[in-house]
Amino acid sequence: MATRGESLGATQLALARTGALRGRPLLVVGGGLVALALALVLGVGFGSVAIEPADTVAILAQRLLGLDLGREWTAATETIVMDLRLPRVLTAMVVGLGLAVAGATFQGLLRNPLADPYVLGTASGAALGAAIAVLIPVRAVFLEFGLLHGFAFVGALVSVYTVYRLSRSSGLAPLTSLLLTGYAVGSLLAAGLAMAMYLSGAALRQIFSYLLGSFDAASWVRLGGALPIVLGASLAILLRARALNGLLLGEETAANLGVDVSRERAILLALASLATAAAVAISGLIGFVGLVVPHVVRLVVGPSARLVLPVSALGGAALLAYADLAARMLGEIPVGVVTAVIGAPFFLLLLRRARAGYEL
Amino acid sequence: MIGDSRDPPLVRLDGISVRYGDRRVLDSVDLSIARGERIALIGPNGAGKSTLLRVATGLLRPTIGRADLDGSSVETLERIEIARRLAVVPQQATLPFATRVEEVVALGRLPHEHPLRGPRASDRAAIAAAIERVGVGHLLGRDARELSLGERQLVLIALAVAQATPLLVLDEPTVHLDLRHQVGTMELLVDLNERDGTTILAVLHDLGLAAHFFPRLVLLDAGRVVADGPPHEVLGPDRIREVFGVDPALVRLRD
Repeated sequence: MATRGESLGATQLALARTGALRGRPLLVVGGGLVALALALVLGVGFGSVAIEPADTVAILAQRLLGLDLGREWTAATETIVMDLRLPRVLTAMVVGLGLAVAGATFQGLLRNPLADPYVLGTASGAALGAAIAVLIPVRAVFLEFGLLHGFAFVGALVSVYTVYRLSRSSGLAPLTSLLLTGYAVGSLLAAGLAMAMYLSGAALRQIFSYLLGSFDAASWVRLGGALPIVLGASLAILLRARALNGLLLGEETAANLGVDVSRERAILLALASLATAAAVAISGLIGFVGLVVPHVVRLVVGPSARLVLPVSALGGAALLAYADLAARMLGEIPVGVVTAVIGAPFFLLLLRRARAGYEL
Repeated sequence: MIGDSRDPPLVRLDGISVRYGDRRVLDSVDLSIARGERIALIGPNGAGKSTLLRVATGLLRPTIGRADLDGSSVETLERIEIARRLAVVPQQATLPFATRVEEVVALGRLPHEHPLRGPRASDRAAIAAAIERVGVGHLLGRDARELSLGERQLVLIALAVAQATPLLVLDEPTVHLDLRHQVGTMELLVDLNERDGTTILAVLHDLGLAAHFFPRLVLLDAGRVVADGPPHEVLGPDRIREVFGVDPALVRLRD
């Protein structure tokens, strides 16, 4: 029995060494928080009126935390920080958080590394909604929310719901059916979008800028509309991390590990779609964040959703805050261009370095 | 009947029929498994063995009949309640993302871990013990997708052992293993059964292994149980010829 006990001890040691659940999550989370704080200060400081980092920190400390750091600043500086730049930086963070969490969820749910938040039609639905809103010659604004935001939000949700319902009536396996139905519905909506753009005339630029994504129009009110939905949905997804973990080995194994698969799939799909819809409603279609961030995070912390979700949230928030900073430094180019330009080469590099290949 | 009348059988299948359209996959199957039994489910391809497992584990609702687990109908049990009573080793499983061996084994603790806080020290101990028991310690740290089929099979068995359930269900657990690992796996099942009291229900293709390591065989043919009992009763030469359509001399049975 002594040898058995000894070798069990050795197994436990080996587990601890390789990090049974890949240790150091606190380090990763800590690093993410530091990157996020830095993004906040840099993002608020940069602009046509440069604000010193020390002033930025002092204003944020006083207004957000109630701390007096003993510095003086002008009322104009405070207005720029609090009313213009802070909502913009925070909007970028909230959108990045939502897209990254939704991406991680869709990838886990569909068991497909190529899935992103837009895979089941949210993007095309939102885009068509936004385009229709632009074409309708009615301007209704309620609390800074125009038709565009509302139509984009509703369009995203309606298209996912349609995909889900249609996929259930097919005889294919649920996941294959979801992906193929998503593709088909997405194509149909894309045709509608193309038609809307063709008819739009002078409004084409407005539709186009929605498609590329931007935080130009960020405001406290719009942020306040999206924030509870994105954070609430993300938190609810995190509480269901167990279901996502069970799905790693397939739906049947997930069921044998205690996951009520069809119920969890519907709930997680709804939550991830809500987060995506709220994000795209206030920012437009920003690509790549939801696809790349979860992959990078998995390479660092492993595949457990319990870590992938919160770390992706931090990573997505930081990435979009920096991408928006870069977009502004380059003269207000669309932020979606920036995420693709930095994201794609980085992703390619990562794929080359990753020892474990990606099976599709 | 096996077992005490006050102690319900761990698994009880009562008049189970499963039909896909006109095709009868299972036809009035009765099967009762008492705690602590070790049973091999044998039969030719298409006899309905995997379907029977799916009914017993609650993944498939029978067209007719009732499946009980631990005294209650599987239909009324939540998935998590089933997962705490039985673990299933699938024939194969694929992983969409790079996953280390120990992370795969850790999934066996999902039905037990705290829903919010995740795995606790007791879960980690169970994971280490399962890795030790199945002998996959030398695979730690490797991506489970890079393993050979046989190694993957052992990792899936370790996952099920970590699940620590009174019933262990295996669907052809030796199919990808070489002879040494086949025997090693059989010995592990016997050990889990005799030392820990884990009830074992395994679908096996190798009649020699089934007869040698299992005291009770259930022979399924065309959706019906055609024999149920100790190996020498179930595997008579005539029956092997009749059910499997092969010369019984090809099946070497040790006594």
